[in-house]
Amino acid sequence: MDTVNIKINGVSYEVAAGSTILEAAHSVGIEIPTLCYLKEINAIGACRICVVEVKGAKSLVTACVYPVNDGMEITTNSAKVLAARRTNLELLLSTHDQNCLSCVRSTDCELQKLCRDYGVNGQRFTGDREMYAIDDSAPHMIRDNNKCILCRRCVAACKANQAVGVIGPTERGFSTHIACAFEAPLGESPCVSCGQCITVCPTGALTEKDDTGRVWEALHDPDKYVVVQTAPSVRATLGESFGMPIGTNVEGKMVAALRRLGFNAVFDTDTAADFTIMEEATEFVERVKSGGVLPMITSCSPGWVKFCETYYPDMIPNLSTCKSPQGMFGALTKTYYAEKMGLDPHNIVSVSVMPCTAKKFEVGRDNMSAAGEGMPDMDISITTRELARMIERAGIRFTDLPDEDFDPALGESTGASVIFGATGGVMEAALRTAVELVTGESAPSVDYHDVRGTAGIKEATYEVGGLKLNVCVASGLSNCDAVLKAVKSGEKHYDFIEFMACPGGCVNGGGQPTQPASVRNFVDLKSLRAKALYSEDEAKVIRKSHENPLMKKIYAEYLGEPGGEKAHHILHTSYVKREKLF
Amino acid sequence: MRRFSGVPFKGTKEQEAQLVSWLEEHKTMPGVAMPALQKAQEIYGYLPIEVQRIVADVLEKPLAEIYGISTFYSQFSLCPKGEYKISVCLGTACYVKGSGKIYDELQKKLGITGGECTADGKFSLDACRCIGACGLAPVMTINDDVYGRLTGDELDDILAKY
Repeated sequence: MDTVNIKINGVSYEVAAGSTILEAAHSVGIEIPTLCYLKEINAIGACRICVVEVKGAKSLVTACVYPVNDGMEITTNSAKVLAARRTNLELLLSTHDQNCLSCVRSTDCELQKLCRDYGVNGQRFTGDREMYAIDDSAPHMIRDNNKCILCRRCVAACKANQAVGVIGPTERGFSTHIACAFEAPLGESPCVSCGQCITVCPTGALTEKDDTGRVWEALHDPDKYVVVQTAPSVRATLGESFGMPIGTNVEGKMVAALRRLGFNAVFDTDTAADFTIMEEATEFVERVKSGGVLPMITSCSPGWVKFCETYYPDMIPNLSTCKSPQGMFGALTKTYYAEKMGLDPHNIVSVSVMPCTAKKFEVGRDNMSAAGEGMPDMDISITTRELARMIERAGIRFTDLPDEDFDPALGESTGASVIFGATGGVMEAALRTAVELVTGESAPSVDYHDVRGTAGIKEATYEVGGLKLNVCVASGLSNCDAVLKAVKSGEKHYDFIEFMACPGGCVNGGGQPTQPASVRNFVDLKSLRAKALYSEDEAKVIRKSHENPLMKKIYAEYLGEPGGEKAHHILHTSYVKREKLF
Repeated sequence: MRRFSGVPFKGTKEQEAQLVSWLEEHKTMPGVAMPALQKAQEIYGYLPIEVQRIVADVLEKPLAEIYGISTFYSQFSLCPKGEYKISVCLGTACYVKGSGKIYDELQKKLGITGGECTADGKFSLDACRCIGACGLAPVMTINDDVYGRLTGDELDDILAKY
């Protein structure tokens, strides 16, 4: 590695050549605050919070974009630097509503933390400011531009990571604000509901639509039987909301907390993920055998499904018709489980805890009513963040909880289903089952290393019972977009594709606990969180979905054959082309 | 917050063909979006959603990005110009003689804000800088007609002539 010699705050260091001042300082243990900077996608030097003094430079420079040179002398905390940062914060506050008390981001807001660090109270520059109407038109999120500091991190996430680009800076000067084209409400835009913008927002300008009130209402209603399911990746992230290290698997404590919140049954979405694999692998083998539409593309990620329906409607026939695990779980709850327990499905409130904001959109989709009479499979979907807030409000001391097990009726799952939460996990789980469906024999290995890891696009070829299968795994919609373009142009030929809307898969989903840029820019969140899931997979005795004894029992007792008529009615859905109006 | 024109879009196939061929030709040019919008405005006179969508689709850019550019530069207009273009001079001399009040009065009478066009396409209203008729301040023009020494009382009569 090439290095250069620099001085920071009077101390000499040898740092990587070509790094920015921000990176160089971080590498030697000095943190420079940032607001707008997001590694790889938003290096625009706009917020001026990372300013530092460089000897010989005629003004302060922005550390996030300024490269180090040999002999450079940098001061990160001179009186001039601190005063400039302070003034910049005061200017940001002059157009901010400063309504922290009721803000959902209070205490994990990056702006609030900086104001506290710099002793800024927001009263220095007062006067007119633009007042913006709150946009609550989308099913999954709320935009409050009165809290926006124009860092453009959401814009970068939407366009660079997700190839969606439904928001952008609009107007100029004092009137600048982030908006959809022609000021369209977000709910009318071709937003795919992935929520990546929310996870990168440093303030409370972008937040998930809070559905915890509806969950509390159901829990407080003695006539309702409230069932909860938790997605695979939630156990890998929930602990972060309670100060635990990134990548801590808190499955047992999460189950204990849900029970203490008062849910009548605490179930695992992983169980439904095994059904998803059973149905999806069956569908795939059927398509291969009968010359059906290939490549088949997974349908677990509702952000990806909406992206397909909006931006690639001609690829809808390629989508697996399987409902997502959330959808399958909801469907089984109001049919199989209701019947088994002698419950009226009308009285069941089916709640899911998801790493995802698009699941809130999925809950309202058409053709998701296995129990009939227009009864939705799912009633309420909350994010990991919302569950953390419910636990806080209930006064449950999360870190002191004992580890408990899911309720057994719908709580048994395999290693295959746990890894659904990371990019490549669905593919690996499907392969474990598809290979044995095709060959009829038990495969010697269950590990498919080529499809693991956090790379945006992964490819592999497997020999299965004399068939050569080309598979592809992509996460982050811009990667999915690139793969689709290559497939459509004929450049690439795949048989089976796994797409996840969020970069890294569900562990990095739009509903996961927020981490400030100071963590995001320097820590690999995706792999740390994914590791928790792969470790759990390895520790499981049963690691193939089709060997899940509970699932086999439910097929035998209730659903019939995988891919059969009843299974289709309950576990599959359909898709629609969506217009791109804005 | 910007408001949008209620005037129906009347673009022709020929205009679209002209714009699309320019866009196809210049698609790969760095920073093409801004000149593309200039070209579009030259062809259509303004940049309604129908026109911006053509630009976004051919350049394969999000509409939100194109829209952002169109609202950043004051030279771009999202509203068409009316059959009769009213310009009120807000230059120094006219302004101190009360042209600001004339401008406000016209916005009220026409039911539009500056930069917009009435729904029937008849009048559009803009503020302009000194037109060199300071001796007649406050001044406004309607197409090529100049009206000076305005008090506000005569506005109804003037508008009625058109």
